[in-house]
Amino acid sequence: MLTVLGETRLAEIAHKALRAAEADQTEVTVTSNASHLTRFATNTIHQNVSETDVTIRVRSIMGTKTGVASGNELDDEGIGRIVSSAETIARFQQENPEFKGLPEPKPIQGVDAVVQRTADATPMDRAEGVEKILKLSRAAELEAAGAFSTEDQELYIANSLGVGAYHRGTVASALTVVMGEDSSGYGAAASIDIADVDTEAVGRAAVDKALRSKNPVKIEPGEYTVILEEEAVADMVFFLGYMGFGALAVQEGRSFMSGKIGEKITGENVTIWDDGSDPRGIPLPFDFEGVPKQKVVLIENGIAKGPVHDSFTAGREEGAVSTGHALSMPNTFGPIPINLFMAAGDASKEEMLASTERGIWVTRFHYTNILHPVKSLLTGMTRDGTFLIEDGKITKPLVNLRFTQSVLEAFANISMLGASVKMVKDDWNSIGHCVPAAKIDGFHFTGTSGS
Amino acid sequence: MREFTDRALDVAKSAGASYADIRIVRQENQTIGVKNGIVATLELGGTYGFGVRVIADGAWGFASSNRLEKAEIDRVAKLAVAIAKASAISKAEDVDLGPPEVHVDTYKTPVEINPFDVSLEDKVDYLLAADKEARAVEGIAIAEGSLGFLREAKTFASSEGSYIDQELIETGLGFVARAVSEGEMQQRSYPNSFGRHQAKVGYEFLAQWDLPGHARQMAEEAVALLSAPQCPSGVKTIILDGPQLGLQIHESCGHPVELDRVFGTEAAFAGTSFLTPEKYNAFTYGSDIVNIVSDAVSPGGLGTYGYDDEGVPGQTTDIIKDGKFVGYLTSRESASQLRKIHPDAPARSNGAMRASGWHRLPIIRMNNVSLLPGDCSFDELIADTDDGIYMVTNKSWSIDDKRLNFQFGTELAYEIKNGKLGQMYKNATYTGMTPEFWAGCDAICSAEHWHIWGTPNCGKGQPGQVAHTGHGAAPTRFRNVQVGVME
Repeated sequence: MLTVLGETRLAEIAHKALRAAEADQTEVTVTSNASHLTRFATNTIHQNVSETDVTIRVRSIMGTKTGVASGNELDDEGIGRIVSSAETIARFQQENPEFKGLPEPKPIQGVDAVVQRTADATPMDRAEGVEKILKLSRAAELEAAGAFSTEDQELYIANSLGVGAYHRGTVASALTVVMGEDSSGYGAAASIDIADVDTEAVGRAAVDKALRSKNPVKIEPGEYTVILEEEAVADMVFFLGYMGFGALAVQEGRSFMSGKIGEKITGENVTIWDDGSDPRGIPLPFDFEGVPKQKVVLIENGIAKGPVHDSFTAGREEGAVSTGHALSMPNTFGPIPINLFMAAGDASKEEMLASTERGIWVTRFHYTNILHPVKSLLTGMTRDGTFLIEDGKITKPLVNLRFTQSVLEAFANISMLGASVKMVKDDWNSIGHCVPAAKIDGFHFTGTSGS
Repeated sequence: MREFTDRALDVAKSAGASYADIRIVRQENQTIGVKNGIVATLELGGTYGFGVRVIADGAWGFASSNRLEKAEIDRVAKLAVAIAKASAISKAEDVDLGPPEVHVDTYKTPVEINPFDVSLEDKVDYLLAADKEARAVEGIAIAEGSLGFLREAKTFASSEGSYIDQELIETGLGFVARAVSEGEMQQRSYPNSFGRHQAKVGYEFLAQWDLPGHARQMAEEAVALLSAPQCPSGVKTIILDGPQLGLQIHESCGHPVELDRVFGTEAAFAGTSFLTPEKYNAFTYGSDIVNIVSDAVSPGGLGTYGYDDEGVPGQTTDIIKDGKFVGYLTSRESASQLRKIHPDAPARSNGAMRASGWHRLPIIRMNNVSLLPGDCSFDELIADTDDGIYMVTNKSWSIDDKRLNFQFGTELAYEIKNGKLGQMYKNATYTGMTPEFWAGCDAICSAEHWHIWGTPNCGKGQPGQVAHTGHGAAPTRFRNVQVGVME
């Protein structure tokens, strides 16, 4: 079994680099991962991969000049070369008067995010989990595609001012799209504990939707009441974070929160915060500068509160401190929150459905993208289970629809929120957001697909 | 290197593999970013490792490691075989790779100036000069420029007898000026948006595109856009510039002709394709002036290479011929699968399998998927258009999971009235369905206006892989397109 290296070994690598450093200040980030993924399509496993890697990234500071180098060759010579490259770049660099230095150490409250059975999962464990989905799909004469992955990742950040932060976490994730001739359904689950990832339930949800979405009909685009399942809400919350919850976006006027802090920007039933310590998500208790993550309320009862800071944006604003939301530094994008939570309401999806005279049920969105960040305007498609609601019941499956919608406007029109939250893992990274389902009035659909 | 590749192949075969290949890959990159007069990022990166891909019990297995050592090679090769055997429990049929591919060769990207031989100082000065030009324009809030250089050295060896060394070099550059007012932000990018324009070329690329010489114009246009009217909506004639058309080709032609998507292996993530196998050689994709090729050999294209990551030679293949759909992007396995449905389909792969690094399994990726040039000049095209919109530089893109319904936004648009460019518009978008859209294509500018635009950010696969693709395009006209949805 491939495993990560452990805190002692990562600390050794980091401190070897720090000892080799000659810069005024030095930061070393060491990441180690053991990742495994079993992928399936047309009811068979077609891809089964496993990887381990360790990388080191060195940020060298000379005055206010910064150089960065990274690599994955970790013998003494390799580490020395990376440190030396970072310092050569820093010497050559220009002064950045806005840079105030690396952060000082602060106490970090660790989060227990390792579940050993997730780390120990074998290719056979994953194949057996996948087989449960495939069995359901075959029995229904449908075709399943998807992936079942397990990851064990660790991160050590040290700097010459005494920061030494270590975190290890596991993640298991299963998702499937089950397809018929003209229909499809989706199921997904993710958790730090593989035991919580019930692939049979994932398969059942997807098969059920694939069966119910046969023979879809087209509906005219326009304004509709929608019931968005958690995956669709998570997509919108993710984009809010990306577009505007970071301090640099606010400072530069490219955020929907620029000039709006303290003002009402959504409905009163919307509260969104970031919390890297909550194990319902994929926890990370500190950021990529080793600063402990604070719980930051971004929107409270509809009022803009945030944003999140890194040490650079905090240094540009009087009275601001880093909230522990730095990405790898330096960068030109600024901090973003990666552990978002949206407050639940008190409704069940059944209650949302029963209360809807006419509307559209959305399982999830596809290929969402930003049209205008300051207006929080997005476009994207529905996918894998879009249904017409009439008189409190789902009556017909629908051909997928394109939406073009401001998130803030949608979040001003939420009439019901689900009573529980689901953790939805990002497709590309080990980050997850916990959100409820939502019933939203006046949602803008602007086109339909042909299938 | 032979010592390592032979060992991996021998161990895999001894463990039960019927086929094995190994890729040993070293990637070095250099990125430089300047923002508002400050060198905001300057980073050197590198990664080195190997991946072993095997077929055992008729199924695929893959494992990789960052430690190129004999014991580690043994462990990884055996693990790849064990994974293949685990995968075999749910296989429908044995993997068929088709005819063997045996090539012993070397390939290098031809460059005039190796970008890794140029000083950092020269590179930074180039970006600072562009930055200064942009920030001389009143109203510019953010000026941001970047350069990126990549060198990839890879060795491929297979149990069929291939042994191929390649060195690929890329140079990329880009600049964006952003103007901000209350509740509004507008931007202009050059030569392309979302980071940079990139190509398999050397440092000579910087003189060719001259960011400092264009930054001021970008800044002026960004400021002008703040007060420009919203692009009007309606069914209209549109002309797309090369960069926007490049992305249109990428999303609405390049992805749907990836044969792994067609066969469903990307269904759960990126989606499938409307170009299903029964449409092969039997479907009208666009008007009869639409000719699209898959091309891995044109000099300078970001998707240009000597061999793909299955050791198949780079080549040119027709995808759309006179408007008819005639070809897919294929791998060895998918080419064999297609031939079972269409016995007249080529037996061999057309060489489109690539991995983003040593730690990823190759999947079907676009190389340079290009719309071949037509015969008119840009001035003639505008003069020939009575009423329309000219759309410039991509700002937003989205397309459904079968690659049919799309919506794009551009940074800039101009009214075309009575054969002349007129009013500037902001926030232009257009939307449509792929075959209807391409059926409306009625004029393509000539080779003089044609260029292979690099897309260095194409995401696909699980685990995710980012590929570098190219798209040859010249300004092109489309009739009856729905413009605008924004209020």
